[in-house]
Amino acid sequence: MIALRYPGAFLGVTFLAVLLLASFVAPVLFDLDPLAQDLAAALDPPNAEHWFGADELGRDILARVIAGARTSLVTAGGAVLIAGAIGVPIGLVAGFFGGWRDAVLMRIVDVLLALPNILFAMALIAVLGRSQGAALVAVGITGIPSFARITRAQVLSLRSRDFVVAVEAMGGSAGYAMFRTVLPNAWSPILVQVVILSSVAILLEAALAFLGVGIPPPAPSWGEMLRTGKSYLYEAPTYAVLPGLVLTLTILSLDTLGRTLARILEDRADHAGDAA
Amino acid sequence: MSPTSSGGAAPPDAPVLSVRDLAVSFGAGRVVRGIDFDVFPGEVLGIVGESGSGKSVTALAISGLLDASANVSGSVRFAGLEITTANPEDLRHMRGVDVGMIFQDPTTTLNPVLTIGRQVTEGQVAHRLISAEAADAQAEALLREVDIPDPAARIGQFPHQFSGGMRQRAVIAMAMAGHKKLIIADEPTTALDVTVQAQVLAVLARRRAETGAAVILITHDLGVVAEVADRVAVMYAGRIVETGTVDAIFRTPRHPYTSGLLRSLPRLDTVAERLQPIDGQPPIASRLPSGCAFHPRCAIGRERPECQTEPVLRDIAPGASVACHFPQSEAATLPARIASEARGARGAPLLEIEDLRVHFPIRSRLLRRRIGWVRAVDGVNLTVHAGETVGLVGESGCGKTTTGRAIMGLLPASGGRIRFDGEDITGLPRSELRRIRRQMQYVFQDPFASLNPIRTAGEIVAEPLRIHGLYDQMGGDIYIGGLFEKVGLSAAMMGRLPRQFSGGQKQRIGIARALALQPRLLILDEPVAALDVSIQAQIVNLLQDLQRELGLAYLFVAHDLSVVRHICDRVAVMYLGRIVEESTRDALYATPVHPYTQSLLSAVPLPDPALRNARRRIVLRGEIPSPARPPTGCTFHPRCFRATARCAAEAPVFASYPGLPSSVACHFPGAAE
Repeated sequence: MIALRYPGAFLGVTFLAVLLLASFVAPVLFDLDPLAQDLAAALDPPNAEHWFGADELGRDILARVIAGARTSLVTAGGAVLIAGAIGVPIGLVAGFFGGWRDAVLMRIVDVLLALPNILFAMALIAVLGRSQGAALVAVGITGIPSFARITRAQVLSLRSRDFVVAVEAMGGSAGYAMFRTVLPNAWSPILVQVVILSSVAILLEAALAFLGVGIPPPAPSWGEMLRTGKSYLYEAPTYAVLPGLVLTLTILSLDTLGRTLARILEDRADHAGDAA
Repeated sequence: MSPTSSGGAAPPDAPVLSVRDLAVSFGAGRVVRGIDFDVFPGEVLGIVGESGSGKSVTALAISGLLDASANVSGSVRFAGLEITTANPEDLRHMRGVDVGMIFQDPTTTLNPVLTIGRQVTEGQVAHRLISAEAADAQAEALLREVDIPDPAARIGQFPHQFSGGMRQRAVIAMAMAGHKKLIIADEPTTALDVTVQAQVLAVLARRRAETGAAVILITHDLGVVAEVADRVAVMYAGRIVETGTVDAIFRTPRHPYTSGLLRSLPRLDTVAERLQPIDGQPPIASRLPSGCAFHPRCAIGRERPECQTEPVLRDIAPGASVACHFPQSEAATLPARIASEARGARGAPLLEIEDLRVHFPIRSRLLRRRIGWVRAVDGVNLTVHAGETVGLVGESGCGKTTTGRAIMGLLPASGGRIRFDGEDITGLPRSELRRIRRQMQYVFQDPFASLNPIRTAGEIVAEPLRIHGLYDQMGGDIYIGGLFEKVGLSAAMMGRLPRQFSGGQKQRIGIARALALQPRLLILDEPVAALDVSIQAQIVNLLQDLQRELGLAYLFVAHDLSVVRHICDRVAVMYLGRIVEESTRDALYATPVHPYTQSLLSAVPLPDPALRNARRRIVLRGEIPSPARPPTGCTFHPRCFRATARCAAEAPVFASYPGLPSSVACHFPGAAE
């Protein structure tokens, strides 16, 4: 039913589900070692043994794409978690109380927003050293402003609504009004932001790896594969193209999903107004 | 209204507009279900109905403004043009040249980035009725005709520089520019205050008499209809259930819905012991009852087998038709209203307010420096005794809601004292205030906005108990269920979300929530203003029953003087942050002594066409000034018909008026002559 109404999102969700399943379940079921070298097969085009071909060291590209998906998804998930865990409370407090708290918090957010994402992440990795954890934290911090701003905007519009004032009239504390009344009503745009930020985080993680400051080799990552693959574009075009294609499809799926989610939630809000 | 308007005599000419079997549906929702009516030159046809009756969709269908999602059938003929099938070019010409439209909200009708002068003549210029060069002079003339002062300067201004009443007058000027044959006015005064409504209705009537245009007036306000219309069509659930002359409709309503509406209406001119509401809720277009759509709420039909078929609209007297199997006979007039006695104050005062002030700073845009104060509430004195109802009345912007919220501690008071049960609660710390708030609860105006949309009704009513940690102590779910029953809802509805309730039911939930902590005082902020007339009466009766049963005191904040007269024991009238007159209900309504109270009372349209010309009405000049820049001396003097030089210089003190239980703030108080 929903699949028919939103075919794009349905395809996106299907793709993401396959990707998730492949990255976390496939290595358990099949013999997919992303590090196993077979120099004789180096730079082989796709064939029965290596469906996506093999890289310059004869490692199976499909296995590396699947392992890279795990890297990407874990980094993106962790980054969104960090961004949300810090950004949402900032927006909540700034929007609910206003005044000096709003001014101070939002100026901090503005500073974060003014820093170019990639440069900031590179600087942070330079300090923390090259690791998946560092990439995760770096991408997460760059996501804080969008969560803070979206939450704040949502809280500002809810803050003066009668049902929030009613909590105060009943004698409810500010914390109760904030966490029990305002926040549960502010979820929908935050949820959409989670999806959108996931795609941004995956892209950013790939960009960091492509620049050679992401997760250190030999651990597989999509950005790393693109980086090495581009040197062999003539000899083995599929080396760079196939991981690139998977990355593109992932981003596309997440964006479609985010857009559809926003539309569904908007429709539902309109509908709630109608029924009243 | 003007004495020249024909009192609905048999119209001599061919109709300007003929509607036959018009039906409009949106998906499964059949919003208009086959209506017929004619509008004759020079007459005012009032179309009355509650929300969802299909009256506004009818207006849109007549003007050909329905969007593509609407399914239209039937015929709408205007001056030889079939509107339902006309091409866009003809429709555009019709709307520009022959038909004028006035919508409810003048703020959204006017384009904010065009000058008023340009907008008023835009249609005429576009249709080449006047040249662009002549437009300014024409705009000036049009604004002068609707009594806008200094029109030469006003044509160059933008809508935000106009007040609400002036905007609506500009819209009327625009709608009536040229030689329009038909004016469609959809709730033209609903967004306006009562004194401004009186001005706008007067302008509308005068312009109508001058231009001779026919008017379709769509409204839910029976008072406005009685005041303005010649003929009336009553709509219910997408059909016309009764038509007739305005006198016939109000004197001898034939349809049980019409008589039910009239009975449920609180009246300014009489006091009834109890309102007689129509049971139940208006139906929803996609889920109409079988047979006669009104039968589930009807006092006459009910289980009679005839009512299982939908009655057709048939003529029962010259110029009168009704769609009912059992129309009421000539004799079935409204029951005489039994006057109720207002109760006197008794016992110790529960709430005492002394010289309450609430001022909001105005800050400059650039440096956020304070550049002035909005004196929303500027020295209010008020007392509420246990078990009584005190009305706080005034037009929008007078500070009545601010007063209510300041008493609740939702807004900080800038000065003055609030005592509850003898204890000074101004400036109490939060924890202490929490204790007081158990005794004092608030009911909001808008039942749609005041309930948390994602909580179930049961959770919403239980919320105050949970906040105070009293849920189990008070008896948990059983207690909540009892509250539901008390406000006339079934306890089985506790699991539903707010959006599954109708407006009246939501307000009942809001009242149940306010009662949960067993308070002694309820502050009711316009609790029935957002509800339909038939539902309004249900809620008013509920509030009265609860008061009797629980001994509650009410501070009833409202703008509707008829409702206040019905429910209150004492009434205070507010103007620009101050109370200008306070008295017992009967004294205030019988002998108002402040000129503002007098004009306010005279401006309320009465649902009785016989009083149309008999009543002397005071139409005030201008509108309420901004509380940021109140006039000098008596703040009412620029609009007052008794003002002298003294009023501009010296603010009057609030003192008791000899011979009446009234207190008044006026240099020249006295009964209207």
